[in-house]
Amino acid sequence: MGLDRAAQCLPAATRTSRWDPGAVRRDFPALQQEVRDAPLAYLDNAATTQKPQAVIESIARYYRKDNANVHRAVHLLSARATAAYEGARAKVAQFLNARSAAEIVFLRGTTEAINLVANGLGLQAEEEVVLTHMEHHANIVPWQLQQARSGATLRVLPISPRGELELEALQGLLNARTRLVTVSHVSNVLGTVNPIRALVNIAHERGIPVLVDGAQAVPHLEVDLQALDCDFYCLSGHKLFGPTGIGVLYGKAERLGVLPPYQGGGEMIRRVSFEGTKFADPPQRFEAGTPHIAGAVGLGAAIDYLQGLGRAAAAEHEQDLLRYAAERLREVPGLRVIGESPDKVAVVSFVMEGVHAHDIGTVLDHKGVAVRAGHHCAMPLMDFYGVPATVRASFAFYNTREEVDRLVEGLHLAREMLA
Amino acid sequence: MSDELTDLYQELILDHSRHPHNFRTIDDPSHMVDAHNPLCGDMLTLYLRIEEGRVVDASFKGRGCAISMASASMLTDQVKGCSLEEAADLFETMHHLLTGTGSPEPTDLGELGALAGVRHYPMRVKCATLSWHALKAALTEGEPQKVTTE
Repeated sequence: MGLDRAAQCLPAATRTSRWDPGAVRRDFPALQQEVRDAPLAYLDNAATTQKPQAVIESIARYYRKDNANVHRAVHLLSARATAAYEGARAKVAQFLNARSAAEIVFLRGTTEAINLVANGLGLQAEEEVVLTHMEHHANIVPWQLQQARSGATLRVLPISPRGELELEALQGLLNARTRLVTVSHVSNVLGTVNPIRALVNIAHERGIPVLVDGAQAVPHLEVDLQALDCDFYCLSGHKLFGPTGIGVLYGKAERLGVLPPYQGGGEMIRRVSFEGTKFADPPQRFEAGTPHIAGAVGLGAAIDYLQGLGRAAAAEHEQDLLRYAAERLREVPGLRVIGESPDKVAVVSFVMEGVHAHDIGTVLDHKGVAVRAGHHCAMPLMDFYGVPATVRASFAFYNTREEVDRLVEGLHLAREMLA
Repeated sequence: MSDELTDLYQELILDHSRHPHNFRTIDDPSHMVDAHNPLCGDMLTLYLRIEEGRVVDASFKGRGCAISMASASMLTDQVKGCSLEEAADLFETMHHLLTGTGSPEPTDLGELGALAGVRHYPMRVKCATLSWHALKAALTEGEPQKVTTE
């Protein structure tokens, strides 16, 4: 392997003048396969995205050449591993426009990031946390665990039938006992892009910090944390074309600084004695044990890939797919789209009269079309719409109009067979 | 269209799912088990009336996909009139059939054999087994009267 493989893994868009999904798709080995005798149409990107060759290769290269523990030894490999790991942290900080890499904590994913903050707040019985009706279970259950422990109160910001936050109701939910407002940037079911800056302004007027679950936002939107001004932001690498098992908690330095450690162990200490231990500053304070070094390297490679791709062009292509899908889905009799905000990413949930989502999922699978069918870890939202489950097609920049056509064909077939 | 798909969604299954048999409650059941598949949100309640070691009535209520509805509908048809021992055997047979372990010939089972197609769909096996696990819980002394597939 003489030539650096990365040179061969340049994002397709840098090789072409206009958006060319065919060229982009060649960067993703998993998209090159047939499933059930049909080319794979992968429309389950909100669950996890496929990985470009550049990411896969960066992880293999790390293990082939640089593998060592970080922040420990004086030898060269350890220096290379540390540089790669901390380099990935700097990339994430720059990607999200954080003030400093010290505000970036590497964790397993969004779920762990939210749990860390929920644990660290040390909620008391009389205190309150505000969340919203469209949250993923990952942004509900950690708070319920703290509620059970402390007796704190959870308040729920309602949503409209179109699937948008009732932001005007927020003021009435906040009071002197509110410790935090927690909200998803983009709904994993509805695709709605929530007005984070406006929400942050309302909370900050009362000095209340805001946590944003960005898992579904970062794959689609350019996120500027200083512009959003939220206090915490969480994301998962695997939804961002990176590996599983790596995620990020961003916290403003002053917010992370007052959070206690989440787990104890090596890496997170300054000095240990049996009389007591001094903890390291963030971000190391929250990274006990050997971290997922290869995962961070892979996430860094995913960010490099995305930035090389041209994010504005990618987003424009996704919006074209969303408009096209919305139009074509209207042709399917008995189909109802759930989530009709004009401000959406390319995620479409729907139900079909007389046919259960799971049966639709199986029929589509048979046509090589991969979608998610179920409650999408958002059961309160399912209850709000009075459905047990929905089918969700979620797109990435590598999807095509032809795949939307195949989705629609599959839905007609499901209806003919099952309705 | 692929044979496996038409095998899964054959007319008999679709008939049962569209017009489930014994889709009602039993006023005075001797056994009542709630079954839930948290993966997809399917839930159903199985009602049994067992008298002198024999299932004299069986019914269910709930909501779910075509496979879980058809499976529950067929179960209630088949289990009625069974002795407890026969019902337990039926569970074992169906469990093997649906999970594809040591399967009997589908023809041995009459209508129930139609459910065999689910074996080709690992992600759908739990839809078909949901009501059967409810049956097993009802038949087993000391089992919780609430089952989930997880």
